[in-house]
Order: sequence, then structure tokens, then C-alpha cells
Amino acid sequence: MKRLFIFLLAITTLLTACGRGAPATPVGQGLPEEAAAVAAERGLTPDDIYAALKTYMPSGQTDPYIMLASGGQSGQVLVIGVPSMRILKVIAVFTPESWQGYGFGGSSMEVLAQGDVNGNQLRWGDTHHPAFSETAGEYDGGFAFINDKANARLAVIDLRDFETKQIVKNPNSINDHGGTFVTPNTEYVVEGPQYAAPIGWEYASLDDYQEQYRGLVTFWAFDRFTGRVDPAKSFQIELPPYWQDLCDAGKGVSEGWVFCNSFNTEMATGGLELGNPPFEAGTAKNDTDYLHIIDWRKAEATFKAGKAEEINGIAVIRLQTAIEEGILYFTPEPKSPHGADVTPGGEYIVVGGKLDPHVTVYSFEKIKNAIAAGGLSTDAYGVPVIPLDQSMEAQVELGLGPLHTVYDDKGYAYTSLFLDSAVARWTLGGPYADKHPEEPWTLVQKLPVHYNIGHIAAAEGDTASPDGQYVVALNKWSIDRFANVGPLLPQNFQLVDISKTGDQMKVIYDMPIGMAEPHYAQIIKADKLKPFEVYPEVGWNPDTMSVDPNAITTEEQARVERNGNTVEIWMTVVRSHYKPERIEVKQGDHVIWHLTSLEQTRDATHGFALSGYNINLSLEPGETQTVEFDATMSGTYTYYCTEFCSALHLEMLGYFLVQPE
Amino acid sequence: MKTLFSKPSDVFVVLPDGSRRSLRDYLLPSAVLMLAALLLMISIFLPYWSMTMQAPQYPKGLTVKVYVNHLQGDVREIDALNHYLGMPPLDEGGRLERSISVVAIVVMGLLVMAAVFVGNQWAGVLALPSLFFPLIFLGDLWLILYRYGHSIDPQSPLGSAIQPFTPPLFGEGRVGQFSTVARPELGLFLALAAVVVVLIGLWLHRAAYKPILEARKKVALTKSGISEA
Repeated sequence: MKRLFIFLLAITTLLTACGRGAPATPVGQGLPEEAAAVAAERGLTPDDIYAALKTYMPSGQTDPYIMLASGGQSGQVLVIGVPSMRILKVIAVFTPESWQGYGFGGSSMEVLAQGDVNGNQLRWGDTHHPAFSETAGEYDGGFAFINDKANARLAVIDLRDFETKQIVKNPNSINDHGGTFVTPNTEYVVEGPQYAAPIGWEYASLDDYQEQYRGLVTFWAFDRFTGRVDPAKSFQIELPPYWQDLCDAGKGVSEGWVFCNSFNTEMATGGLELGNPPFEAGTAKNDTDYLHIIDWRKAEATFKAGKAEEINGIAVIRLQTAIEEGILYFTPEPKSPHGADVTPGGEYIVVGGKLDPHVTVYSFEKIKNAIAAGGLSTDAYGVPVIPLDQSMEAQVELGLGPLHTVYDDKGYAYTSLFLDSAVARWTLGGPYADKHPEEPWTLVQKLPVHYNIGHIAAAEGDTASPDGQYVVALNKWSIDRFANVGPLLPQNFQLVDISKTGDQMKVIYDMPIGMAEPHYAQIIKADKLKPFEVYPEVGWNPDTMSVDPNAITTEEQARVERNGNTVEIWMTVVRSHYKPERIEVKQGDHVIWHLTSLEQTRDATHGFALSGYNINLSLEPGETQTVEFDATMSGTYTYYCTEFCSALHLEMLGYFLVQPE
Repeated sequence: MKTLFSKPSDVFVVLPDGSRRSLRDYLLPSAVLMLAALLLMISIFLPYWSMTMQAPQYPKGLTVKVYVNHLQGDVREIDALNHYLGMPPLDEGGRLERSISVVAIVVMGLLVMAAVFVGNQWAGVLALPSLFFPLIFLGDLWLILYRYGHSIDPQSPLGSAIQPFTPPLFGEGRVGQFSTVARPELGLFLALAAVVVVLIGLWLHRAAYKPILEARKKVALTKSGISEA
């Protein structure tokens, strides 16, 4: 067996080598002489040349799409240009990040502190699913949201400056997964649960799992005007402990509904060491789990009617209430499924089989009819269950490990196949059948990707009007795609050209992500984003998005005032000096340091690094920040600019002198 | 308009000696002088002069536009750069001029308008300020530029390395990595146009009112001749 394997491997290698050494078509035909020489020298195939031409971005040109990718356990969010696949920025969210001065003084300290649990500082996060704010089911470029699976937190990023403005800790869940997803007009940011736990992080024995443990889906009310989530207007719905996984909001015909898959209706509680089946087996026993179907408009009405119970400061609609009010329904889904992705018009919900080679397509119309007809049997908790044959529209066999599905403008769906390491293109039926030449509900092409694809993202792929053009495969493993940099390997984002119909999808770029394991990503048209070039006025507080009361606008206003043991400093920052340049305090003084950048020129950013005191700010043009600390250590310290702001950047410093007591 | 100017056949201006002149001869200089005043007033709202600076790290360049009463454009950034050379902020030059310019131009315009109602040589005197105005503006601007380039603060980062200089009033110059282009703008062209229009107006004015003065003289002479007789 082993020999056969080696033989096969050798043959494969040989064929591959031949394939690259002697391409079928002469390479470089029709290319300029110099380019043809490069192609010949590097042994590029016509496909390679096509890929290069599709993705190369000449200096000064910008990408038509921007991808916002989760930064996984880095706790950040990545901003990437598509199709050039260049990282433009890494937005600090749950983890301190010193370039942006995030978590080293200034207003970011308070943002990070909002996510603490019972006073415990949490300074990392496991970001999973970013979501752009939407208007009428289209990304509007205003805000973005991201969850932290590890601690059930949600963050708000303002796309005017691409900075994190708020972290909200879920007061009743300790982990999440099915977030963030927004309703079509961003009324709510949905945070779905993951591993069931007693509500509010209480202790309960695993023996009482079925009675005490619960899932919780949270509808965070988002106020566009303040740019903040308002917990007082938000509510949660109690769910059976089935490990709800990924959610998606209905749109178009299914607007007002949310769908979440689940994968532990077995209610396995593990205990491998006790001789129980391990979680991986226990949760995979049943042939089907339940797709959760939630009428959020009804839930909202129930919450507003006061039929919710307040737990830890947030309204919770109890499971019994949800059943009685007709908020929650189930329908079976095979098998240990993954993903719940609503088609652009909202007609269908596609669920990947994960351990079943099919995607199951549910018809919202059928679901609605079944609910209206009534007479449904219930699960162990009394939730009505719609039989599969009354909710299913189609099942399409795609291959092994179907997970997530995105859409294009030609009536195709694209599903990631984890085990097959492939992207499956298949056809939708119903109103989408006329958009493609193939039969509805059939597999069109399986494109190998490298390797172990998890999520998949398409240009405007989960809006009401996807763009087509590009799909990005978010591959978990890269194995042999990049130079070896040790046993921790980068992930591989592979750009797929989907602009042509039929079986003509092509991988056209490999992008290593050497800093995290991203999960989901969304891709927005770049022209929908209208961020500031510089802050609108000198003295701008990015936290309040208004002029800071402690801002000063001229160097004449720079000053130091002492009030008892408090020293308050109003400092200006401009190329290439701080004013004042000497600050003298006594050991033990409380220091309040307001810094205002007087710059209004694009890219004229300054830093403010105070040695020894763990303080480092990024002061973008016009920005005001306030740092507060106790001068506990005596000595001579310097503060200096960490951005190479000008030819006299090294000279931009000051002395902070702390006289001993 | 056409009937007013081409067929004033039944409306005349009767001169003291009884000779008749077309009404148009008097309307025309008035209209032309009014136009000159209008051009001056409009120029208040337009830039007179501009300077554009180009350098690699400023792909869009830096521009300052000088209006008679304010500066517009990348003033903050140019000041930020100039501080390295020890040049004073742009805003410091010509403060007095900027504070009185609008009133001065309005007065000049009103004086030109007043000339319409003055039927003798004093009309020319009233229009005189508007004729000299562009020259005064440019002279003053040169002086301000001279002062900028000759007030270098020796305490500034590069102050000791810079020779005093006068930035060019028009045309190209160079400071460090910046190439500069200074040029007149629409406001100044309007003020210059006003000069030409005033001159035409005065010429027409003279052509219209000189015959009146002469006729008056002639009548006076005739009357005195009669009385002597």
C-alpha cells in the first residue's frame, strides 16, 4: 500500500513537472518581447499570465473592492484590497495594537475595558464573522461589526475612520459563533450562540445539561446616529441547548426572519475520559439537526410588549414565550450541518451538510405555508418542527464537507467543500433559473483550492444584489503554497475569478495571512466607503466624533496647570515639535495629558511614545487624545514621535521629568 | 435696448446753444463707467493671485489663493512647512490691507459711479483711484513677499542656512524640493479690465460733456457780445 502510494506520488510529481516544463500552448505569444522573455524564464503558463494580469495593480491605482476579513484569534479585522489582495490595514478590535496606539492610552483604553468580564481584563479575542451595516439589504459602507467567539462579545467599527468604537459584552453568554449578521436595515446586529451554557455564566452540573443549559440568540439594537449598540433596546431569545452555529438574516421575501443552523441536537455532554463518546462523536450521532427559524419581528413585538424577563440587564424572551408567541420553529437539516445562507432575494436558505455531501435548500415560501397550516409536531422542548419534505426545495450533491455558500449575479451559488478542498459552483433554481445556461440545482464545477477551505466570500456576495467577479476561498491550510517559515504556517486566501460562466472558474492569486486564522470575510464595492482623509476639524475626538472640549487649536494655548497633586497638560503636536517640550512633575502626581494634532495634511500622522510608562498614541491629523496616569516612578523620561513625520522627526521629542518625593 | 440705442430719433439732448445730441452719447459713458464699477465689485469675490507648490510627496500640489480680504487653500500646510525655514505665517503679511480692502474697493467703485453724475473734468479725478488700484495691489504684494523672504527667524530649524530672498511675483521659483509657480488670477484680471473700461468710459464721457461745456462757453460769449452791443 505504502509503495503504491509512493509510486502514485512520483507519477503525479512527474506529470506536474512535465506540465509546467512544457506547456501545451506556447507561452508568451502576443506579449511584448520583454514580457514574453520573463514568462519563458519563469516557466509561466497562459493561466499564470492571465492571473497576473487580472490581479496586478499598477502603482497609484486602487482596488475596486475592499474585503473586511476576520483576524481570527489575533482579535483584529483585516482590510484587504481585491483583486490585488494587498493588506491595507489591520484594525485593532479586541487586542491591543501599538501602531494605532490601541490599548496604550487614550480613548481606546475605555473601549477595551467595555469588554472586560467581571473586572477581568480580556485583551484578546477570536474574531469570526465581520458584517457591514446594510440599508435595504445592501452594504452601505457606514459601519462594520465583528464578534469574539471566545468571550461572546461584539465590536462596532466606524468606517469613517476604520476604528473600533465600542465593545459590548454579552451579559448572559460566555461564547458565541453565529454573529455578527445584520438585519436588512441594520435594525439589529445578530449574535448567535455556540456552546450551550447556563444563562448568565452560572454554575450548573453537566448532569443537568438538558434542564439548565441553554442557547441564546441576541438581537443587539444598533443606533446609526450615535454609532453604538444600545443594550437597553436589545433583546435575547432563549433556545434549547442545541449548539446553534451560524445565522443569517432573511431579506426580500423573508425579511423579518433569521435562520440559524445547529449541530448538537443530540445534547452530547462529552466526557471521553469517563468512557462517554467524545464530543466529536456524540454530536454527530443523529442524521439530522435543526435549522432554527426565528420570526424576529414577532420577537421584537413580544419584547416591546414587556413579555421578556430581564436577566443581567438585558431582556430575555424565555423559550416557552418564544414557542407560545410563534417566534421559533425548527426544520431538520442533515448532518451536523454548517452555515445558513439566504439567497439574494431571500427565497431560499442553503445549509451545508458538513458530514453529508449535499447542500439542502429550504424554501421560505414552503416554511411559511407549513407554519400557517399548523398541526406541527414538536421537539423535546415543545418547539414546532416542520417536516423536511414540507420545507425543502432541493438537495444538491456537491462533494465532501460542504460548509458555507455565497452567491453571484448569474444565478450561481458557491459552496466551500472543506474535505474536498474545493469550491463548488452550482445553479440555483426558481427565479434564478433563467440567469444561467445550466439546469437548476446542479453542480457545474468543482475548483480545487489549497487547502481545507473554511469560509468563502464573494463580491457583495450576501447582499440583495451580488456583483459576481470574484470569490475568495479562505483556506485553513497552505501546506506547500509558500516558503517554509517554520511549523506555524500562514493561512491561504485564494482569489477565484468567477467572471465567466460554466466551468471556467480559476484561482488567480494566493495570499498568505501570516498573523491569524481568519474565518469569514465580506467584500464591499470600494466606492461605497467614504472615510475621512483627515479628521474634519482640528481637535477631533474620534470616540465622540466631535470636537473635544480639551482640544486646543493653536500653539499659544499650549500650557501646563497644576491643581494640588494633579498636573494637567494641554499639548500641541505638529511637525516637528511638541509644545510644551519640557514637563516637570513630582513623583506621585496624577497626570492628565491632552494632546492635539494641529495637522490637517493627509498622512501627516504623529506618534506619542512615553518611555517607561507603557504609553503610545497614534495622533492622526486633527486628532485629540487624553492620557491619564500616575507618575509613580521618578526619573528622567522622554516622549517622542513614533511616526517618521518629517526630516526632523528624530528631533520631535520632549523631556518628562519626575522629581523624586 | 436696441430701440434705446439705435433709434433715439425723437428724444434728444438739447445743448445750451440749441444744438442737439443723441441721448445715446450720454447713456453710453454712464453705462460703461457703471460696468467698470461692477467689474471692480465682482473682483472682491475672486482670487487676485495664486501660488502653487509642487513636490513629490504632494501629488495634488499645495496652493494658496490670495483674495483681497482673505487667503484660501493649503495655508495651514504651507505655514507648517515655512516654519522650518523660519518664514512668518502667510496670514501675517498684509493684514491691514486685507482688513480695509473691501471698503476701499467699494469706495473706488462708488467713486467711478459718481463720475457718471459729474459733467466735467472732475469725473476723471474721481475715477483715478480705480486706475491705479491694480498697480497698488501688485506693488503691495511684492512688498509683502519681500518681507516674507527677508524676515527669516534665525532660531528656526533651517533659518541659519537660508539666504534672504524674494519669492517671485509671477513665474517659477524653487524652495527646497518645491517648485513654485506664482500667477495672476481672475480677480486681478477683472481689476485690470476695469482700468481699460474706465479709460474708455472717460473718453466717451469727455466726448459727451466737452461739447456741453463748449456750447455753454459759446452761449456765454454770445450773450456778453449782445450785452456789449
